[in-house]
Amino acid sequence: MYKINAESKGLVSHGVSACAGCALELIFRNVLDVLGEDTIIVIPPGCSALFSGYGKETAVKIPGAQMTLEATAACCTGIKRGLLAQGNTHTTVLGFAGDGGTVDIGLQSLSGMMERMEKVIYVCYDNEAYMNTGIQGSSSTPLGASTTTTPAGKPTKRKDLVGIAAAHDIPYAATASVAYLTDLRKKVKKAKETDGPSLLHIHAPCPTGWRYDPAKTIEIARAAVETGCWILCEFENGKWVINKPLKELKPVGAYLKAQGRFNNLKEHDIAQLQIQVRDHYARFIEKAKLN
Amino acid sequence: MTYKMLDGNGAAVEAMKLARVKVVSAYPITPQSSIAEKLSELVAKGELDAEYIRVESEHTAMSAAAAAQLTGVRAATATSSVGLALMSEVVGLAAGCRVPIVMPVVNRALVAPWSLWCDHSDAMSVRDSGWLQFYCQNVQDVLDLMIMAYKIAEHEKVLLPAMVCLDGFFLSHSMQKVEVYDQKLVDQFIGEYIPKNTYLNTEDPMFICDLTPPEDFTELKYQQKVAMDNAVDVIAEVQDEFYRIFGRKSSIIEEYMTEDADAVLVALGSMSGTAKHVANEMRKRGLRVGVLKIVVYRPFPFKQIREALKAKKVVGVFDRSAGLGAQGGPVWTEVCAALRGLDIDIRGYVGGLGGRDVPETTIEKIFNELLDIYKGKRILHTNWIDVKDNAMEIREVLKVV
Repeated sequence: MYKINAESKGLVSHGVSACAGCALELIFRNVLDVLGEDTIIVIPPGCSALFSGYGKETAVKIPGAQMTLEATAACCTGIKRGLLAQGNTHTTVLGFAGDGGTVDIGLQSLSGMMERMEKVIYVCYDNEAYMNTGIQGSSSTPLGASTTTTPAGKPTKRKDLVGIAAAHDIPYAATASVAYLTDLRKKVKKAKETDGPSLLHIHAPCPTGWRYDPAKTIEIARAAVETGCWILCEFENGKWVINKPLKELKPVGAYLKAQGRFNNLKEHDIAQLQIQVRDHYARFIEKAKLN
Repeated sequence: MTYKMLDGNGAAVEAMKLARVKVVSAYPITPQSSIAEKLSELVAKGELDAEYIRVESEHTAMSAAAAAQLTGVRAATATSSVGLALMSEVVGLAAGCRVPIVMPVVNRALVAPWSLWCDHSDAMSVRDSGWLQFYCQNVQDVLDLMIMAYKIAEHEKVLLPAMVCLDGFFLSHSMQKVEVYDQKLVDQFIGEYIPKNTYLNTEDPMFICDLTPPEDFTELKYQQKVAMDNAVDVIAEVQDEFYRIFGRKSSIIEEYMTEDADAVLVALGSMSGTAKHVANEMRKRGLRVGVLKIVVYRPFPFKQIREALKAKKVVGVFDRSAGLGAQGGPVWTEVCAALRGLDIDIRGYVGGLGGRDVPETTIEKIFNELLDIYKGKRILHTNWIDVKDNAMEIREVLKVV
């Protein structure tokens, strides 16, 4: 409700109140940098709402609104159609939500938006739990990870968000990682050029919630990809592509042991997780071959 | 003059078309569904130049409509009952973001148990959410109040969303002869939509609805309160202007034969037509009864009600929602507050729930009780006016022991 006066380089102000080592901040700056100022953003409550601002201040130079946790995709739909009704086909409409706001409470409105084939870019930054409310488990929390609502480790696997997007047969869905910014930026550009809904699922390690040294965010994110815990892929016009396919997966042990949230795991748990990660990766390769 | 045969839902659609809504976002629910259908038909035929969003829930319906309106167009949605309950989070959001959206609410009971039929528990559940609320007596009211609601809601001193409440089936599916207005006159009356205060525009960026600290929150709520206060005068002005242009009188409350009445019944919605008819009939028998119809429930017209009823000895209030756990229904509670300090015996009646008709006999029974009280009889009035004698025996599974 307040005008933006402060000057900053780029579309995001300097000095936001994200935690030290927050992957989300880097993702947010890069996404907005690629999309440019002819963009309207919808942010739900959550970590990304740090950019919505507080009181009289906002951290973004583009117009935006902080709507409800479950309706990011719905609000994007409304904005896009409102613009279209006025003949504006150029402005990009971006939803920027976390995993809880996407795969849990926001899944219905996201599904509706994708099914209707709205031209909206939906970014889910995934820090694998409800971090803003204090590290509660979400349906994107990986198997075995401890959160404040899965203290003994999450007993079930995570949801496959790009798989859900692909099931809607949207023109473009992809995963990305903060450790591979060139790849991430390329995918944001592709999303912008997509004529229809696009979904980007971006891995966003969280030192606060995952309990690792804030200096190690990029290393952790890279390790997730190299171990096959996070698969970089694209679903484009009905075809799956695995980006940077790995000849051999690194063992998951080092990745897991670097994070306090996996402290509960015994060696045999890690061995089981290793099997699960390898199987999942192998199945993914098979899926990509079926194109 | 042009007349059409329209049901209440048809009249609501006619008003939205006349207001030139540019985005429609609707989800079907009985008895609102024909609004969602008719709007999609108008868009498909090119008779309404709008984007139609076939949403997957009422929560999305209101989210998309409010967001669309923030881009600078009139957006439309409509709901009923549990649909309103589902969207209630976004109902409050739209009000707080000062999006002056106009929404017909086709009144239907809230669950449980399931009912498809009319009462006011849905709209009453969101009565304090920052929306204006208008209640229609007949189908013409639906068209008139909808058109006026756009002008009132969008007034720069108001900027609040508005619900136009029409009783499910009794109005939504009742065909009546309705005067429909000339598009040019409506265009002149409500004008083009110009977003004020909050909008999403890349040429003039702002961020809407961020986290607000305790230092400011009270003041932002106070701004909504002032807007509600302002709405009283704006409504009266708009009703006058509507009368000058379209020739139909409307008022915040309607006093029907109340001046010399010994007993007055306060009512709202379609039952107020029945109440007026019963008053006519009882007057023929020399019984001095009158009706006070509430047209505008939010902002609650406490000054007008106090002025109209200050000299009365006995007043009855008919609530079409149960007000569970409260001393009485919500309308009764607020009428009591409006008349506080005056020596008036105010009796609350609850009835017409879940589609139960409010026939002449029910209204007459109330008037007779009120007249008995006026004559000095010390009686316990029939608080739940139309409850069956065997209420506690029905469907024992739900019986309270």
